[in-house]
Amino acid sequence: MSTPTVPYRSTTVPQHQHGLAGRVAASVSTPGGAVFVLAFALLVATIFANSNFGDPGYLIRFLGRTAPIAIAAIGQYYVIVSGEFDLSMGAVIAAQVVIAGDYIGDDQSRIVPGLVLMLALGAFIGLVNGLLTTLLRVPSFIVTLATMLALAGLVRYLSGGAASGYPHDDLRQLGRGVVENVPVVEVLPYPLIILGVLCVAAVWLMRRPFGRTLVAVGDNPDAAHVKGARVWWVKTRAFMISSLAATVAGILLVGSAGVHPSVGQGYEFRAITAVVLGGVVLGGGRGWVLSAVAGAFALEQLFTLLTVLEVDSTWRDSVQGVIIIAAVAVAARAWTVGRRPSPKAPPPEPARPASVTYEPTPGTPPEQPTPGANTGGN
Amino acid sequence: MTSPTAPTAPSAPDRPPVVRRPAGLTSTGIVLVILAVAVVAGAVLTAIEGRNFFSTGNLRDILTITSTLGLIAIGQTLVILVGSLDLSVPFVASLTGVIAAGIMAGETGNVPLALVVALGLAALIGLVNGLVVSLLRVHGFIATLGMGLIISGYIATNYQGSHGSAPRSFRLIGISFIGPIPVSTLLMLGCALLAIVLLRRTRVGHHLYAVGGNAEVARLSGVRTWVPVVTAHVLCSLLAGFAGLLLLARLSVGNPTIGSQGQYDLMSIAAVVLGGTLLAGGKGHITGTIAGVAIFAVMDNVMGALQTDPFLRDVVRGAVIVAAVAVYARREIDRRPARFDAPSPARRRA
Repeated sequence: MSTPTVPYRSTTVPQHQHGLAGRVAASVSTPGGAVFVLAFALLVATIFANSNFGDPGYLIRFLGRTAPIAIAAIGQYYVIVSGEFDLSMGAVIAAQVVIAGDYIGDDQSRIVPGLVLMLALGAFIGLVNGLLTTLLRVPSFIVTLATMLALAGLVRYLSGGAASGYPHDDLRQLGRGVVENVPVVEVLPYPLIILGVLCVAAVWLMRRPFGRTLVAVGDNPDAAHVKGARVWWVKTRAFMISSLAATVAGILLVGSAGVHPSVGQGYEFRAITAVVLGGVVLGGGRGWVLSAVAGAFALEQLFTLLTVLEVDSTWRDSVQGVIIIAAVAVAARAWTVGRRPSPKAPPPEPARPASVTYEPTPGTPPEQPTPGANTGGN
Repeated sequence: MTSPTAPTAPSAPDRPPVVRRPAGLTSTGIVLVILAVAVVAGAVLTAIEGRNFFSTGNLRDILTITSTLGLIAIGQTLVILVGSLDLSVPFVASLTGVIAAGIMAGETGNVPLALVVALGLAALIGLVNGLVVSLLRVHGFIATLGMGLIISGYIATNYQGSHGSAPRSFRLIGISFIGPIPVSTLLMLGCALLAIVLLRRTRVGHHLYAVGGNAEVARLSGVRTWVPVVTAHVLCSLLAGFAGLLLLARLSVGNPTIGSQGQYDLMSIAAVVLGGTLLAGGKGHITGTIAGVAIFAVMDNVMGALQTDPFLRDVVRGAVIVAAVAVYARREIDRRPARFDAPSPARRRA
């Protein structure tokens, strides 16, 4: 009953047992770290196949092109790590792109109100997704599938299913513009700057109480609830972040891809693939946000490599399928190896009365471990 | 499957045998009510348009719509019950269609060979899906998404435009009727019946529920968890392949994009959940799924009669899916271990 779990816990924090090299090696051997190696290996392979690609200017433009999918992956990460799905992303992007074309159009004075409107709409869609998922307890897969159907249908209905409007060039600059005369890399695309800012914000947010709670909620919502987390509000905010990320991706795509209701099609699955490739576990509670970004880069790098190798474009899907299955299979094994304690006695039987004594005060005496206390950090 | 007497429940000695339905309607009951509402609303709306909802032609249309989505949704139900997902079904349907059409090449004599090859291939795909999910421990979402991508790449590379053709004898399946009921719908209902028998009367069917409810508990109870997972995936792919053959019989040529056009992956999952099956697995019925499919078919038919804008139909579909699932999603989760009556109070969430 009161067996301490100390010997088992100490094996899970290897950072304190090795030097810097050992720690790097340890993190690279997790799925979240291995994706950086994968992205780098794909980059090296691409440069081998086509030396033009090693040119810093070329590389930086590639990174700029990848920014929208990486931003979408950041948003999807928040939803996935909380244990849910967001399939509405592509439809949100399409809606925002069409708004940019129809509402803002060629009117410079409307750019700022238009952007505010788009962000507000994104937040609202996320709020609806989140509230339907958490309060009505409809599975998020179904909620966001329905949002996807409804929103995509609405966008096509309102826009007539064809390209419409041509947004002002100042708006398009956000997605296609560059900062000139940068040393070494020649240019710095705006999308890449936006991505950088969002990455920093995302890492900061994940270190805030919100981020910590989000991971806890994804790992075990019941335990998080008992600990006092407002599960519904944490998850709802994750959905809002996801839709806002889709909105930003949409704004960038206005510049790089133009205005058409089919822009953003398939982004939800690409973002999920990128996140999963980054070692984030579907079902929640595990994974690092920058690994999701690296997953997006690895995915796009893979496509580039296939293009450079002159693989038939029709085979791209197949290669992508093989890669994601293989990556997740390897990741599943790695997480299991890292997690599984050495064979030992099963965890102590959770005592029924303990859950009753827990209720009155959170300040339970430490000598009486509550059920779940030894699984909370898993 | 006799219901076990819950040891923690304060059981009086003269407790009546087993009372099903502890309180109110089951989820299947709710789905059937929603279906009835949809039919009534559809009949009224169609009548306002000055047409008869219950005319033979209209009923045939509705039933024909249910056949393909129904077949896929039955398979999807099995896969979801076991706690997985199958996103590769549309591509399996397309693949079996083009391959069978290619082998048939308009000759009746080639039909048996075409059926064997197409369904064998579908079963093989399901086998790989199942093994990847159960042995490699890849989430069903990713495993079947990847498998779908692999197949779609193969199809896109090897088949552009329509391919092959089905002989007239084979096309008869798609266009013949017994009374007002299309043969294809009867085939679908036959498969539904077999699936119900599988779930209720066979060991693997019970294990399917057990593994979907809690794989770890099932494993500790001595169930070989990979068997039901692989079985469900193989059957799901087989049924998707069967649906592809039905589409071939209806179209008479193999169309490489027929599956993805129909959005069969997401729509079948929506139909399954609409039918009251828990997306997390372990609880649900084939009957509910068939009712869910029928709701979609009635909705499509009515919106067709009203000449709704095709884009607006998706809006209505999305709203109906969320609304219908929301009606019972709440109570479903509160009574999670519903296969055991009288859950002990300790299991209830605080």
